[in-house]
Amino acid sequence: MAKRIEVSGLNAYYGRVRAIEDISMTIEPRSVTAFIGPSGCGKSTFLRTLNRMHEVIPGARVEGKVLLDDEDLYGPGVDPVAVRRVVGMVFQRPNPFPTMSIYDNVAAGLKLNGVRRKSLLDEIVERSLRGANLWDEVKDRLHRPGAGLSGGQQQRLCIARAIAVEPQVLLMDEPCSALDPISTLAIEDLIAELKSRYTIVIVTHNMQQAARVSDRTAFFNIAGTGEPGRLIEIDDTGKIFTNPSQKATEDYITGRFG
Amino acid sequence: MTSEIDIGSRAGFARDDGVAGPPRSTGRLGDRLFALAAQGSGVLLLAVMVAIGVFLIWKAVPALQANEADFLTEQEWNPNANPPVFGIAQLAFGTVMSSFLALVMATPVAIGIALFISFYAPRRLAAGLGYLVDLLAAVPSIVYGLWGLHYFNTTMDDVGRFLNAYFGWIPLFGGDSVGGRSLLTASVILAIMILPIISSITREVFLQVPGSHVEAALALGATRWEVIKLAVLPFGRSGMISAAMLGLGRALGETIAVAMVLSTASGISIHILADGGNTIAANIANSFAEATETGRGALIASGLVLFVITLIVNMTARLIVARRKEFA
Ligand SMILES: Nc1ncnc2c1ncn2[C@@H]1O[C@H](COP(=O)(O)OP(=O)(O)OP(=O)(O)O)[C@@H](O)[C@H]1O
Ligand SMILES: [Mg+2]
Repeated sequence: MAKRIEVSGLNAYYGRVRAIEDISMTIEPRSVTAFIGPSGCGKSTFLRTLNRMHEVIPGARVEGKVLLDDEDLYGPGVDPVAVRRVVGMVFQRPNPFPTMSIYDNVAAGLKLNGVRRKSLLDEIVERSLRGANLWDEVKDRLHRPGAGLSGGQQQRLCIARAIAVEPQVLLMDEPCSALDPISTLAIEDLIAELKSRYTIVIVTHNMQQAARVSDRTAFFNIAGTGEPGRLIEIDDTGKIFTNPSQKATEDYITGRFG
Repeated sequence: MTSEIDIGSRAGFARDDGVAGPPRSTGRLGDRLFALAAQGSGVLLLAVMVAIGVFLIWKAVPALQANEADFLTEQEWNPNANPPVFGIAQLAFGTVMSSFLALVMATPVAIGIALFISFYAPRRLAAGLGYLVDLLAAVPSIVYGLWGLHYFNTTMDDVGRFLNAYFGWIPLFGGDSVGGRSLLTASVILAIMILPIISSITREVFLQVPGSHVEAALALGATRWEVIKLAVLPFGRSGMISAAMLGLGRALGETIAVAMVLSTASGISIHILADGGNTIAANIANSFAEATETGRGALIASGLVLFVITLIVNMTARLIVARRKEFA
């Protein structure tokens, strides 16, 4: 179910502006990879190239290769819609569909995939909400609006929605940045559980979080404003935080940045 | 004077010692002026509405008293006869029927156009199409009337005969005096007239769909149409209902185009392909000039009925919008 991602020579553009340059890395299945780096260095941009969400922005395009178990996401004839069904995404701001109930939010992706049988939907909705550690809190109000939940609950609802379709990869862009410490812990625990089944990539500005949840950490940086972001290094999280091989990484994680 | 007090007076805190004078703030005065102006306009609006209402009722009551028939159920409209015999039934029926048909025809097309312009058309084409649709709204209704009377009714005559021949078994399309100056013709013209308003409001609503909802749907692997179903239409639902109701309001009140197109015949008939039918607004336009005192009162009474119909339509729309408020 979980798949390996192999990126090589990847550039992403907004119109004429190159936002990230020549990124290559391998992301192992059933692991958590954290992206860290200063604001504007292209972490979100890179993350969004991994499920072809980058190109939905007008004028945005991507060059290079992203192999998902040997299949190029940017190969000719690959349907971005199909890519997004196997590479799920959780956004920085919780974004449940406001007009839908909790149940319908979780079922939304399943319905897109043609699941119609009520009993099967019930089963998967429950499993996904349990998987997102939200079931106990919402089981009595499944048919109430999802927008009525707290921010942390909404974010877990979004995670439940993303895992309901059993993606092979789960991308998370600062999933805890709008949340309080308790909800953040809940989501970190959840990530630790989910990694036994999914390939997880998480962007975070929180160094402790990266250290807590990830197996591998990638550090991105920019040379200056207007320059494209680059991957400085990617290594085991323990090594990045204790003994990075690049000076820039060390400066960044010790706060001697800029 | 300590600095805390300074801050206090600058922030406008009331001081009761009277020593240092009241804190001055032009902002307060501005607030009060604005509140006054706002209240004033509100009261003025209410007063004007009450005055109009009182005037209309005052004019209508004598005619209603002189009426020999039941105003609500009578189908004939002869307020100028002696004794006057008139009722609103046929006019109200024609009004509601033609507007309803117009709404049913215009709404799907208008939403389709808005969807196409907002999500499918290439950018250049989208802008052009948008202008074109808005241009329809700028055509004066008398032009629609002339077009309907001199050109479009012959087309609709053929359409009507076709529908009557093949679908005559449906009561709506039945009857045997099929013609081009029918309720259906009026409805189609009304539909064209209300299309731009529904379409442009719907487009505005679509523009406001939050990007995060669209991205949520896209990230789940939704196709363009699925994005529209998941994120756009649910968000735009109440806006689309409002747009349709504005269109309906315009159709209910449309006067001159309908007055020119319909060849008035009396009696309620559900055969919408038949020549004839009439609406409240068209009837007022057609007969106000030659009306007697009682006739004018009767027409004003019919206008009040139109007002009530429009009010009911609007309130129903609000109820529909409010019913799913908690999900909005
Ligand atoms: N929609 C867009 N249009 C044009 N340029 C963009 C767009 N989104 C991002 N950029 C630019 O691309 C570069 C990388 O942005 P990105 O959002 O990927 O950074 P980030 O590392 O995620 O930053 P943060 O940590 O603040 O989220 C920035 O210079 C940014 O200005
Ligand atoms: Mg970002």
